[in-house]
Amino acid sequence: MAERYSSFNSGGRMWLLQRVTAAFLLIVLAFHFFLLHFVHHADEVSLAASSARMEQLSYYSLMILFLVTATFHGVNGVYNALVNQGLTGTKRTVVKWSLVAASVVLLFQGIRTANAWAGGFPLL
Amino acid sequence: MSQSYNRGLIEDFSRWREFEAGMWAWIFHKFTGWVLIGYLFTHIAVLSTAIPAADGATMMFQGSETDVFTGTIVSLEGLLLVRILEVGLLAVAVFHMLNGTRLLLVDLGVGLEAQDKSFYASLILTGAITVASVPTFIAGAF
Repeated sequence: MAERYSSFNSGGRMWLLQRVTAAFLLIVLAFHFFLLHFVHHADEVSLAASSARMEQLSYYSLMILFLVTATFHGVNGVYNALVNQGLTGTKRTVVKWSLVAASVVLLFQGIRTANAWAGGFPLL
Repeated sequence: MSQSYNRGLIEDFSRWREFEAGMWAWIFHKFTGWVLIGYLFTHIAVLSTAIPAADGATMMFQGSETDVFTGTIVSLEGLLLVRILEVGLLAVAVFHMLNGTRLLLVDLGVGLEAQDKSFYASLILTGAITVASVPTFIAGAF
């Protein structure tokens, strides 16, 4: 048995981006879970501790990249799953732009939150 | 050259009897993907309490005035249901990551003949990691 089970047309730009973001997310999601559940525990969360992490440019940049890649990977995955289920025509266009709008809102709110923790864009 | 595989619709009930490892892997990957994107939106919504907190908004928590971010998160983490849901989230994320790794390898042409076995390995490893993580995720909830 060597059939491909994939929601994507192989070889396209979105297909490649979905896989590149997957490889990145594998590492960063594991790091995120490990840091915020095993190194620090969930019930020890505080604004001061989150701010201290976010004020570091390296951590802030990683989290913003994490947000962007996770949003793309998730929303593109949903879109492709729906297309794969037979979504076509006007409905497909409406769903596509709704997902784009939802992504923009998520990114905007995520960056606002990161900036609230960091007290603005961290310079150091 | 690879080519697309026409699965038909999973809603066709009679097809459930035909399902094999590859199809279950596909269904679980979709299901866990939907859960994770849903969680991402919820996660950012809850974390957004940091915005008013940074502006000085406070709430009463366990008898003292606390910033709304810390108060909201610690209140949620104090609920056993939330802790159990977090274990579920971990299971969903770990399966999606392991099965996703398997899919990346398949796309690279690695292990094509062991797709069934690698799916079962993903399930077993997900179970093992989830069970091993329960003490850490539940700590402090009681």
